[in-house]
Amino acid sequence: MRSPFKKFLASGNVFIWGCAAGVSVSLLMVFGLLLLIVINGLGYFWTANIVELTLKDKQHVMGQLAGREVIPRSVTPDRPEGKSRLRVKIGNRDIYGLDFKWVNDDQIASETYSPDIALLERREWGNMYARIKAVYKGEMLQAEGNDAGWIALAPLIDTTNALYQQITRIERIEIGSINTDIEQARLKIRALEMGAAPDTRESGQIDSLKAQVAAAESRYQERTLELDTLRTQFNEYSVLMVDANGREKQIPVGQIIRALRPNEIGLMHKCWIYLTNVWSVLSTEPREANTEGGIFPAIFGTVMMVIIMSLAVVPFGVLAALYLREYARQGVMVRLVRIAVNNLAGVPSIVFGVFGLGFFIYAVGGTLDTLFFPERLPTPTFGTGGILWASLTLALLTVPVVIVSTEEGLAAVPREFREGSLALGATKLETMLKVVIPSALPGILTGLILSMARAAGEVAPLMLTGVVKLAPSLPVDGSWPFFHFDRKFMHLGFHIYDVGFQSPNVEAAKPMVYITTLVLITVVVLLNLTAIVLRNHLRKKYAGSVL
Amino acid sequence: MQNGLRQSPDRNYKDHAVKLTLNQVNFFYGDRQALFKIDIEILTNQVTSFIGPSGCGKSTLLRCLNRLNDLVEGARLEGTMLLDGIDIYGPNVDITDLRKRVGMVFQKSNPFPKSIYENVAYGPRLHGIRNRGRLDQIVEEGLIGAGLWEEVKDRLQASAFGLSGGQQQRLCIARALAVKPDVLLMDEPCSALDPVATAKIEELLFSLKQDLTVVIVTHNMQQAARVSDWTAFMYLGEIVEYGLTKEIFTTPSKKQTDDYITGRFG
Ligand SMILES: Nc1ncnc2c1ncn2[C@@H]1O[C@H](COP(=O)(O)OP(=O)(O)O)[C@@H](O)[C@H]1O
Ligand SMILES: [Mg+2]
Repeated sequence: MRSPFKKFLASGNVFIWGCAAGVSVSLLMVFGLLLLIVINGLGYFWTANIVELTLKDKQHVMGQLAGREVIPRSVTPDRPEGKSRLRVKIGNRDIYGLDFKWVNDDQIASETYSPDIALLERREWGNMYARIKAVYKGEMLQAEGNDAGWIALAPLIDTTNALYQQITRIERIEIGSINTDIEQARLKIRALEMGAAPDTRESGQIDSLKAQVAAAESRYQERTLELDTLRTQFNEYSVLMVDANGREKQIPVGQIIRALRPNEIGLMHKCWIYLTNVWSVLSTEPREANTEGGIFPAIFGTVMMVIIMSLAVVPFGVLAALYLREYARQGVMVRLVRIAVNNLAGVPSIVFGVFGLGFFIYAVGGTLDTLFFPERLPTPTFGTGGILWASLTLALLTVPVVIVSTEEGLAAVPREFREGSLALGATKLETMLKVVIPSALPGILTGLILSMARAAGEVAPLMLTGVVKLAPSLPVDGSWPFFHFDRKFMHLGFHIYDVGFQSPNVEAAKPMVYITTLVLITVVVLLNLTAIVLRNHLRKKYAGSVL
Repeated sequence: MQNGLRQSPDRNYKDHAVKLTLNQVNFFYGDRQALFKIDIEILTNQVTSFIGPSGCGKSTLLRCLNRLNDLVEGARLEGTMLLDGIDIYGPNVDITDLRKRVGMVFQKSNPFPKSIYENVAYGPRLHGIRNRGRLDQIVEEGLIGAGLWEEVKDRLQASAFGLSGGQQQRLCIARALAVKPDVLLMDEPCSALDPVATAKIEELLFSLKQDLTVVIVTHNMQQAARVSDWTAFMYLGEIVEYGLTKEIFTTPSKKQTDDYITGRFG
């Protein structure tokens, strides 16, 4: 005789409910997290209207609304519950020192949105919210008053932006390449002088190199002169701004990236601005300790690192798996190796970072330096962190994943395929290459997908092996040999850590953290999708036989 | 030596040269003996079938003939096996050459995950034929030999998995034929096929034996009676009786054979 309760238990419904609950909780957490990131990240690109608040004490506050909350008791314990306050982004960091300000609701006398307030995006000090008072060329007044100044300002900003690009190009590319020339000539001279006492041919070479250096230096002088004139033009105009409380501030037009009057812009135009904002974050370099500007170098570094890692991890993992599954004698030894490999996946990633630092950077890189770049010492070339070493460290970290999935893929290749090939007179190697590995490719790609996902999200080992908060140049550029595997690089994961937790201006950095997270997730998803599409294509091609 | 063909007084014996000679062959999987003192001769351009209850060692014997059993760890063979008088387990034998001469078709059709064309060209390519025209010709000959050409000539580049079960099995025959073997081993080639597909393959055997020696394992006695010239009945790793198919099926000399073919056990 079974009681109804026991029957209910035995029917397995509890179990099913439990499973369903587990799945829903996990899904809810994942989607909740994604939603949080998406909302906070995507909101950043929207240009909100500028509010001007008049307070009861006749003070004015001007800025973009950034949120409203119930005043926590910890702030004002004597206040009755339920009162709320506004968070306003007031910008003007050079004047106020802080970007955000709390305004209690009960202090506000009136709230207006006047169309004549300007938002200036600046290269330094963040946004400015103010009205224009006058525009000057040097000491000379060019335009006076808000509207006249606004009209005069727009073309000036275009000119200075063009000048800025020109100056950066000269500084980065032209002067950069002159510097490389000088550096390389100097290194050659040093290399020649380092050997035995130079003979006549060698001293001739040294002289011609020295002449090259001199020529390059005079080119450098020309360029700096050119730069000086450009810089004077760049700083010629300035604009006098006045804030909500009548405080004045004069700033050079060269400091302004873009000027907007958000309150008079229509919805369509705002959408357009939204898109340009997204694009500029994705395509430009960071400014102001990474809290503003774009994250392009970090995206580039992440993708390139993952690609180098994939190129390293796949051959390595596949060879290891092939040996373990197909060639090694299956016994205690192989089983031990397999256990070791599986456990390797559980080693904390920082340990791999330490290993990468000790092995790749100091041992391998240091040896490379003494063998191939002795003239540059004591400045290390490969003997310091760089994208190559970081990628290889991550390859080590993720190789167990590739080995395990490849082994599974190999085990799933039907024995009939192998025997069919062998019976036709193929050797074992030919059978491997022509039948077994192609059939195991989906498994191999699964391993690659998992390892890419893991590698893109790792930060700790990178901090020891070559990631930096601000890299002066990308690992790929126009100067010979185009790929610079020894360079340090930026990475989205590290960027999140750096911007979110190492930055002096936490409030200003917050949206940047969300955006970077969003981009990192997108990058991982895109990389994975590519591999998944490839895998499905192969699956279709090598689908199991009929019957 | 009661079961050997050498005792068979049949006249056909003189008309056909001996292709394979098995001399006192014992075979072991580790400690377990699977074949006991196999002592037979298989004749050229004849179809020889092996029948017997499942597990009696038919597949094992077949896989000894192309040394596929070498892959099994701990497998060991005693005695000699001669192909055209040369010991196939001799020290100077190149296994890939042997397998080229002794082709095999398996119980479960096993086309590679490639196109029809590539499946048939697989063997010739392995053995160094690169010339496209030559390959085309070999592929066509193989498919004609397997009776598949008319059905697939318009879709040679299509995946082999798109073929029906019977077509796949004939593709495997074409693939084996493309390396021009002397001997074709077939391990229950029709066991997974419907009667129509089976009939097609049986028909094929008659044309195949014009050019090569066919050794076929089957559990279907009607099939053995229909297609083979010679039949060997195996039981528990031994050859119980071996002789002309019509004699084995009409006047078996052993009671075990009689019981098996009349369906009293097996
Ligand atoms: N790879 C192997 N390892 C060990 N024993 C095997 C192996 N293959 C077959 N056997 C054994 O050898 C005997 C003969 O098998 P098999 O030749 O496949 O029989 P049949 O094809 O006549 O059904 C069986 O008892 C089987 O269990
Ligand atoms: Mg069998």
